[in-house]
Amino acid sequence: MLLSLEPRGQQSRLMLWCSPLLAAVLTLGCGSLLFIALGHDPILTLHTLLIAPISDLYGVSELLVKALPILLCALGLAVAYQARIWNIGAEGQLLLGALAGSALAVNIIDLQSRWALVLILLVGTLAGAAWAGLTAWLRTRFNANEILTSIMLNYIALNLLLFCVHGPLKDPAGFNFPESAMFGDASRLPLLMEDGRVHVGVYFALLALVAVWVLLQKSFIGFQIKVLGLDKRAARFVGFREKRLIWLSLLISGGLAGLAGVCEVTGPIGQLVPQVSPGYGYAAITVAFLGRLNPIGILFSSLLMALLYIGGESAQMSMNLPQAITQLFQGMMLFFLLASDVLILYRPRLNLRWSRRAPATVVHAGAL
Amino acid sequence: MPNPVPILDPTPRLQLRNISKRYPGCLANDAIDLSIAPGEIHALLGENGAGKSTLMKIIYGVTHADSGEMIWQGQRVTLRNPAQARGLGIGMVFQHFSLFETLSVAQNIALAIGAAAGTPKQLEPKIREVSRRYGMALEPERLVHSLSIGERQRVEIIRCLMQDIRLLILDEPTSVLTPQEADDLFVTLRRLSAEGCSILFISHKLGEVRALCHSATVLRGGRVAGHCVPAECSDRQLAQLMVGDAAALITDYPKVTGANAFLNVTGLSWHNPDPFGCSLKDIELEVRSGEIVGIAGVAGNGQDELLALLSGEVPLSRNDGATISFAGQPVAHLRPDARRKLGLAFVPAERLGHGAVPDLSLADNALLTAFQQGLVSNGLIQRGKVEALAEEIIRRFGVKTPDSQTPARSLSDGNLQKFILGREILQQPKLLVAAHPTWGVDVGAAATIHRALIALRDAGAAILVISEDLDELFQISDRLGALCSGRLSPLKATVDTRLIDVGGWMAGQFDAPQSLAPATV
Repeated sequence: MLLSLEPRGQQSRLMLWCSPLLAAVLTLGCGSLLFIALGHDPILTLHTLLIAPISDLYGVSELLVKALPILLCALGLAVAYQARIWNIGAEGQLLLGALAGSALAVNIIDLQSRWALVLILLVGTLAGAAWAGLTAWLRTRFNANEILTSIMLNYIALNLLLFCVHGPLKDPAGFNFPESAMFGDASRLPLLMEDGRVHVGVYFALLALVAVWVLLQKSFIGFQIKVLGLDKRAARFVGFREKRLIWLSLLISGGLAGLAGVCEVTGPIGQLVPQVSPGYGYAAITVAFLGRLNPIGILFSSLLMALLYIGGESAQMSMNLPQAITQLFQGMMLFFLLASDVLILYRPRLNLRWSRRAPATVVHAGAL
Repeated sequence: MPNPVPILDPTPRLQLRNISKRYPGCLANDAIDLSIAPGEIHALLGENGAGKSTLMKIIYGVTHADSGEMIWQGQRVTLRNPAQARGLGIGMVFQHFSLFETLSVAQNIALAIGAAAGTPKQLEPKIREVSRRYGMALEPERLVHSLSIGERQRVEIIRCLMQDIRLLILDEPTSVLTPQEADDLFVTLRRLSAEGCSILFISHKLGEVRALCHSATVLRGGRVAGHCVPAECSDRQLAQLMVGDAAALITDYPKVTGANAFLNVTGLSWHNPDPFGCSLKDIELEVRSGEIVGIAGVAGNGQDELLALLSGEVPLSRNDGATISFAGQPVAHLRPDARRKLGLAFVPAERLGHGAVPDLSLADNALLTAFQQGLVSNGLIQRGKVEALAEEIIRRFGVKTPDSQTPARSLSDGNLQKFILGREILQQPKLLVAAHPTWGVDVGAAATIHRALIALRDAGAAILVISEDLDELFQISDRLGALCSGRLSPLKATVDTRLIDVGGWMAGQFDAPQSLAPATV
């Protein structure tokens, strides 16, 4: 064996910081090779993918708009995943938040009070939490696997949304397009800047970031969630309430996803459409793990994910790069990031010479 | 005295030369030499972590040595897997049995020795014959889950004997047996030895090694510390070889009588929903402040169930609440954290994964059970106080660790146990329940743990120790009892109890429940 991995015994602090850098270098290197093989200038392509999208203020604001729902969903998922509750249903929870918020918004289009927005955001958040609550109930009452139930609830949520935009919530004056009416001004999230679509939802995300960080790193509830995730028997041994913690982590997770959904419809979109989410809830799963379930890490990984989304789109438009290639590049980056993490727990060891194995002697039982 | 070695053949059955095996961070075996003659019963002695397990896994082909050679009846061999070892005539009985509980004895044996040997039905007469020949009563049709631990061990041994066996390796075989069962096992082993089968007997119990074995190899820190004839050595000499320092040897602690009863268990019966688990019947138990009560018993006789009911991991309904009480207050319906508030501290049998979370730091593991000691305010963890507590545990109980941020999994068994016990003791409990407190712990750490328990007793706490180690129970407990199939024998003062009495209780030889028996102590 020329290269072998040896367990370090404990995490290497140095590699904790170096592994993302190593991954970045590997991705840039392999990405360049890929682009050269396809006949594109690697420097120009990388520039279009990673730098051009955020080279002006509008670009940055688009980045934030994209990153916001991913960040909110991923923060919630981090709480659930710390408890080893595998909530795959952020997508459905997001859609239901958007749907419930819209259902209220189209009925109070004429309401001018600023409470309209507060009410809509609250309803959206609660709807997301309730959708996750279904998963929690199935898990704690019937011990149903939350991975399966939350995935299945995603499809139910999507079809509920489609039914509503084609039916009860369809804009009567909308020429039969599957869309709701535009929300009233009082129900829209105020913009932060004149030019650009970034809205006050960014503050919610920052607030959620701090709250989740305090919950997971500083609070005793977060400690209980962590213990439950790492070692169920120890949690039972000291009397932590398992069901209550499962409910809590799923409700937080669903609530934040619901908030992300309602922020999309009251923010950049302004109405309910079938394509509320291009898969934010699924992207958030990757983002949560990339950020190592740490709120600060998740902030960076959600920005990275948003950049890859936007960069991929602009490379398609300006360089005629097929979508498959940009997705390949995204996949490469995620692969290297996760693969480099092996070095946190293992030390590579290079043996320059093949070690000689003792020759195996076979002795026949009959010869004895 | 052991029987003399029957001289059949002058070439050794097995010879090891210079066997070394390195694991990351430790040299498990360092140039080990060992020679076993045909028919010899050879003891492999050593503390936990001395390299005994690694060595026997190498002999059985489970792991491979980095260097050195193995010579089997004069011929050099390299074993690649256990099947090849079995082909040579090497059999092994592990400490933890590998049997299917829902299958019969014959089916289990047929599965292990392969289809060529015949169907379970065809094997039955041979199993009967082997069990008769070696004095190990066993019914081939019985289902394994209905067997006692001793009987299960017989299944494992007979499984080895069904083949042409030349070397039998036994890993701490008596740790799961009552003293009487152990004596029966020795009869079988002597008979095997007389027929020319070599036996490698791994143990750390000096008494039985002296009674059974012709010779011994003592390992310490992965090296051979010495070879000797156990019958000619004193306990002190053997311990000196094993530990290198005989200062940590057995001390006598004074026996005391407790004050008022703190823990009261009356008429506790509990039906286990697990069909292969043990149900508890009419448990009567009283532990007084300032005494240590020891409960002996072979594993699987209701210890785990009793412990779970005492800790609160299995709560009873409110109606049954009165069957367990702390200082007169019914607690059986309370959750573990509520019981801790009333003064309970608990040291579970399994350190990693039950008593401590392997991936969390020692500081976090201190918080795990001590969170009601002012370490949390307004829902936030007081990091400073948690760290101070962890540091104090590490200092006062001599836990060897770089710092309090080290994850629990990287500590040795003995060190982690000292930490867990320290964590519980520093909470100044009124009742400490400790399960197998020194199981798998080296002599030095065991002595520290015993001293800490005695000090806690003298400070006025009620202590209940459940253990399989009779020497330990006799050494530290003031009153003794034993569990057998979910029933608890009456407790008796240790000074009035003989080893053979406890052996009888462990086998179920008691009938009067405590309430009817004349007052003990």
